[in-house]
Amino acid sequence: MSLEFSADARKKINDLLQKYPSSKPVVLAALHLAQKEHGFLSDDALKLVAETLSLPYAHVYGVATFYTMFRREPAAKNILRICTNISCMLRGAYDVMAAFEKKLGVKKGGTAGDFTIVEEECIAACANAPAIVCGTRYFLDVEPKDVDTILDELRKTPRPEGEIV
Amino acid sequence: MSPWKDVTKLVTAKFGNEDARTLAGYEKLGGYQVLRKALGMKPDDITAEVKASNLRGRGGAGFATGVKWGFVPKDAKAVHLVCNCDESEPGTCKDRELVYWDPHLLIEGMVIAAYALKATHNYIYIRGEMMREYAVLAKAVEEAYGRGYLGKNILGSGFECHLTVHRGAGAYICGEETALLNSLEGKRGQPRLKPPFPAIKGLFDEPTIVNNVETLMNVPFIIDKGGAWFAALGPGRSGGTRTVCVSGHVNKPGVYELPMTITMRQIIDEVCGGVWKGRKVKAVIPGGTSMPPLAEDELDVPSEFDALMTDERIKPVEVAPGKNFDLGGGRVLRTMAGSGGIVVMDDATDIPMAVWRIMKFYAHESCGQCTPCREGTGWLEKVARRVAFGQGKPGDIDLLASIAHGIAGNTICALGDAAAWPMLGFLTKFRADFEAKVAHKGAAA
Ligand SMILES: Cc1cc2nc3c(=O)[nH]c(=O)nc-3n(C[C@H](O)[C@H](O)[C@H](O)COP(=O)(O)O)c2cc1C
Ligand code: SF4
Ligand code: FES
Repeated sequence: MSLEFSADARKKINDLLQKYPSSKPVVLAALHLAQKEHGFLSDDALKLVAETLSLPYAHVYGVATFYTMFRREPAAKNILRICTNISCMLRGAYDVMAAFEKKLGVKKGGTAGDFTIVEEECIAACANAPAIVCGTRYFLDVEPKDVDTILDELRKTPRPEGEIV
Repeated sequence: MSPWKDVTKLVTAKFGNEDARTLAGYEKLGGYQVLRKALGMKPDDITAEVKASNLRGRGGAGFATGVKWGFVPKDAKAVHLVCNCDESEPGTCKDRELVYWDPHLLIEGMVIAAYALKATHNYIYIRGEMMREYAVLAKAVEEAYGRGYLGKNILGSGFECHLTVHRGAGAYICGEETALLNSLEGKRGQPRLKPPFPAIKGLFDEPTIVNNVETLMNVPFIIDKGGAWFAALGPGRSGGTRTVCVSGHVNKPGVYELPMTITMRQIIDEVCGGVWKGRKVKAVIPGGTSMPPLAEDELDVPSEFDALMTDERIKPVEVAPGKNFDLGGGRVLRTMAGSGGIVVMDDATDIPMAVWRIMKFYAHESCGQCTPCREGTGWLEKVARRVAFGQGKPGDIDLLASIAHGIAGNTICALGDAAAWPMLGFLTKFRADFEAKVAHKGAAA
């Protein structure tokens, strides 16, 4: 099955191609767009990026598998990136993580309904630890008791990462 | 009332001011006027002013910015300026806030720097997870193009300057400048061997200057008020203010712009309201987790770059009790101001557990290019984990030290050191905590 980009994505890629001396630097943006439009980076999605930018498939594959935001598997609408790095850990991030795992009934890395839980490294919100980011929305100074409020808000207003590409 | 409330603020002056985040609000406060002034100067005079200002890189190494700009070959045909907004060093959270509150200050600083460097095609590399900040920057860049602060003929000066915001996709290593350049070129974000340094051969093989967000945001102040004025704000060879991020066990964690004469203890007690829950300090990471920690009796040292490297009140890092780590030529390693990420740990902190989490991070982020780093960070994590969880074996402490020593200085980029230095530093200053864990093996179960 071959995939395509929407007209909007094609326009974005064409605009970006004007800003670099070759097509290669556009690969990250094209992968972000492919992920947005096709949910995750299947082999076909990688092929689409390779063909669109006239790059070898092997190169696109190599890039896609290097960066942690690129997924080879589907994920839920909301990806909860829960930081457990040092500053967050010191203020209870592992308790926050456990509270989400319990509430959603899945372990980190897993998906339940509209949510995928990811154990994230420092998200540059250390002064408001523990911190969580979901798309453009930061949840700061989080406590285990905040789980329901956070999930309710995201059910009402999902924050898919593809919102920004 | 803290005396530190009234000190000069430059890059954080507009924090909390929603209006100033827009182009109109920024202009109302005098924004882009310094760019006008700069375009009337000779490019070399701008670099000279930055040299005189003693501005040092705020990204980690504290290298003199004007000196770095001076490395670009005079006859270079194409030069690039790249802003490093990858901020992912654990404990560091200033660039994200700086970009959010004052995006136009960064753009103004970049255009001035680009003019000094004669750089026409320039980029901001922003970490992939920073989606909100990407949107802020993309909008600000569009606004700046609309008003002629970016584009073909800036403010009628004939200078052409383009700026593209380039999103990463999740990888700490892309903060390392040569990995960043590879990532910008559309490759896997793996560091390059240096030399050649980016100032000679960087983006698209052309001379490139990579600077941190905060570094570039200071440039308009230097050009506005003069290098001498900026230099006088800081002690010794360190000009200006410093934005630190204080996290962990303090009453008021936060991002604070402070004079570099302030000591680490004053930052904790006077700026951040002291340690939480009435406890005492046990350990302080002074500049992001890559840096060796300070113990409670080492906090009366100024937070300035050179002081943290050389002040003799800070005990040198050892590879074994009584044997100093050698940075080369017999130089000792104390610590560094790094990225400004200050992490405070109280006296109830489980130090081996905290160290395990730090090692888990580096093992996860190693790009895998060099064996000492790829294998070594993995081993550090594994051994630190069993010590932290009460499964340590006799000899594990020496094993951790010897693995760390084997990594340090033997890798392509500084990520190897970034794992080894804190490991050795914590072992030097908190060895008893590790020994107690190994001795109480099984007691936890
Ligand atoms: C593993 C590693 C990660 C780094 N991450 C960052 C970063 O996120 N932001 C940054 O500005 N510098 C980072 N640096 C430092 C950069 O390599 C580079 O020195 C810096 O961007 C130069 O800018 P400056 O001179 O203005 O400090 C990192 C270095 C290493 C070794
Ligand atoms: S030191 Fe580590 S991160 Fe740096 S190039 Fe080598 S393997 Fe990669
Ligand atoms: S350590 Fe969690 S945001 Fe930095």
